[in-house]
Amino acid sequence: MTAVPAEWVDKDRRHLRVEQSAIGDKIYGIITAGCALIVPAMVVAIAIAIFAAAWPAFAKLGLSILTSSDWDVANGHFGAAPALFGTLVSSAVALVIATPLAVGVAIFLSEFSPAWLRSPVAFLVDLLAAIPSVVYGLWGIFVLIPIMREHVMPFLRDTLHLGATPFFSGAAYGPSMLTAGVILAIMCLPSISAVSREVLLAVPRSQREAALALGATRWEMIRDAVIPFARSGIVGGIILGLGRALGETMAVTMVIGNRPEISASLFAPGYTMASLIANEFSEATNDLHLSALMAVGAILFVITLIVNAIARWLVWGVAREKRK
Amino acid sequence: MRATKLAALILLIAACGKESASNSSTASSTSSGGSVDLTGAGATFPYPIYSKWFADYAKQTGVKINYQSIGSGGGIRQLSEQTVDFGASDSPMSDDDLAKAKGGPVLHIPTVLGAVVITYNLPGLSAPINLTSSAIADIFAGRITKWSDTRIGSLNPGVKLPSTDILVVHRSDGSGTTFIFTDYLSKAVPAWNSSVGKGKEVKWPVGLGAKGNEGVAGQVKQTPGAVGYVELAYAKQNNLPFAAITNKSGKNVLASVAGVTAAAAGAAQTLPANTDYRISIVDAPGADSYPISSFTWILVYQRQRDATKGKKLVDFLNWALTTGENEASSLDYAPLPADMAAKVKARLSTIMLAQPK
Repeated sequence: MTAVPAEWVDKDRRHLRVEQSAIGDKIYGIITAGCALIVPAMVVAIAIAIFAAAWPAFAKLGLSILTSSDWDVANGHFGAAPALFGTLVSSAVALVIATPLAVGVAIFLSEFSPAWLRSPVAFLVDLLAAIPSVVYGLWGIFVLIPIMREHVMPFLRDTLHLGATPFFSGAAYGPSMLTAGVILAIMCLPSISAVSREVLLAVPRSQREAALALGATRWEMIRDAVIPFARSGIVGGIILGLGRALGETMAVTMVIGNRPEISASLFAPGYTMASLIANEFSEATNDLHLSALMAVGAILFVITLIVNAIARWLVWGVAREKRK
Repeated sequence: MRATKLAALILLIAACGKESASNSSTASSTSSGGSVDLTGAGATFPYPIYSKWFADYAKQTGVKINYQSIGSGGGIRQLSEQTVDFGASDSPMSDDDLAKAKGGPVLHIPTVLGAVVITYNLPGLSAPINLTSSAIADIFAGRITKWSDTRIGSLNPGVKLPSTDILVVHRSDGSGTTFIFTDYLSKAVPAWNSSVGKGKEVKWPVGLGAKGNEGVAGQVKQTPGAVGYVELAYAKQNNLPFAAITNKSGKNVLASVAGVTAAAAGAAQTLPANTDYRISIVDAPGADSYPISSFTWILVYQRQRDATKGKKLVDFLNWALTTGENEASSLDYAPLPADMAAKVKARLSTIMLAQPK
């Protein structure tokens, strides 16, 4: 593009506006405003519908839906504490596994990778996000669960003697909180690594050059000049991954063992809120049961909303810093 | 993002249930370009045989039926809201459900029978093992934890059972299969009835939950020592081993189409003449009766608002109970006993058609 003095452009734009009356612009403006309003309106409508449907359960059960561990449909007890626990724990396990991997991939791709390797690896990592979750679930049942049962779990429990702690004790059947965490880690890895890669690449060259000029090694340059700059963006990416892990339904349902019980051991089967809804919704006829499932949905909705809001806020933080 | 998708799904389902009573006339026309004559929704268990029936019936008569296998719960809800012309369910509607149905009295039309089998993974055993109701209840309640337990051994003289731990696998999703299985245990074993009870989902004392027949079967196949329950049709089509169950007459019966029909015939003997067919046939009398069996029902309103549709529906049900029954066993569903099919057909004549306006 040829360089044009800024004041010319401004003048021209003003000129155009006056000339071609505003009708086209107005219509265009109204259409886009409509699009922009419909989406938030849908979110609000969904929230209202869920909370309205969940209200009878909240009114009847009160806080016990969050605190009680007794989910017994036949006797009308609806305590979703194990599902809430399972959602949080499986997501936490996922992040513990996925974060170092994803950030490692991102650092390699932005700092070390030869140029020819960068886009194929990035593409393959991003491709993980495109695999349907039921495919992950099937892979989980037929590949991951046997590996976990025969190799990973005995290794953790017996070879590393982690079985002495309550967290890795008990029988290793395969379907478990740990297996669910591993599946979720693979599923939320691409969002963490994609966001991290972007924010690392956004770190100005001058920042890196300054660190190197001061005599830093490559590792020191990354540690002291690049990562601090990208930190909040990476955290935002992690939280986006957490959002994915919290809401993931099908793959988790297929490998977690679906047992509504709170257990300290990651080898024990667990349950998540999303799988509880997926499992029971289609056959729920009793009004309180349906409403209780809606209430679980409402709680999950609130949790994911909060998590996503935090992520956006952190990512915006990076964008603001960049603009300065 | 995920939450929004999930929430949208929930909203959609809720909206179907709540607000669509007014657009029942459009429901049938949206599904397939206006050429569909009847719409139904409900149970997934009989879906294979129903879809065969609908296809054959369309070929023979040109009447097209669109069936959505959304689950029994959804089928009952949609029928109650009059969004569909008929519902389908693996468990009978409760009195509460019936009272809530907006279109008046609902008839339960038994169509075919299904059975639930106990499948297990015991390497090295070729012949099926024998189990009684109390042994099954003890296994699924966690009171028997090893295959070498004498309570199993005494039922299987001469069989060398391993000392493996038992891993119980049950359904995690709400399911008619679970209903039939827990209904059987509740009826045959008082201790089960007072502790776990029956339902499409119950609070299992032990074990892992897996989604769908395929989930249970997959987990059992992978884990030596595992035991679970699946539909007979699924077990047969996938060549799963299953146990012979001791029936009320004390005979060990392997599940089969004939054994299931025999159970229905056994249960039918004690039926009152005015039965509404909301009956359980688990633990049925009869030497050859397979005890873990159940009907699956099509649900229709006794008063049909639309005479044309109502007539098509009655015609179809008559066809299903005559020609359709003969096709059932090819897909491993048990047909109704002949005299019962005749009685159910007589009951179809009580369906009233509104006068065309």
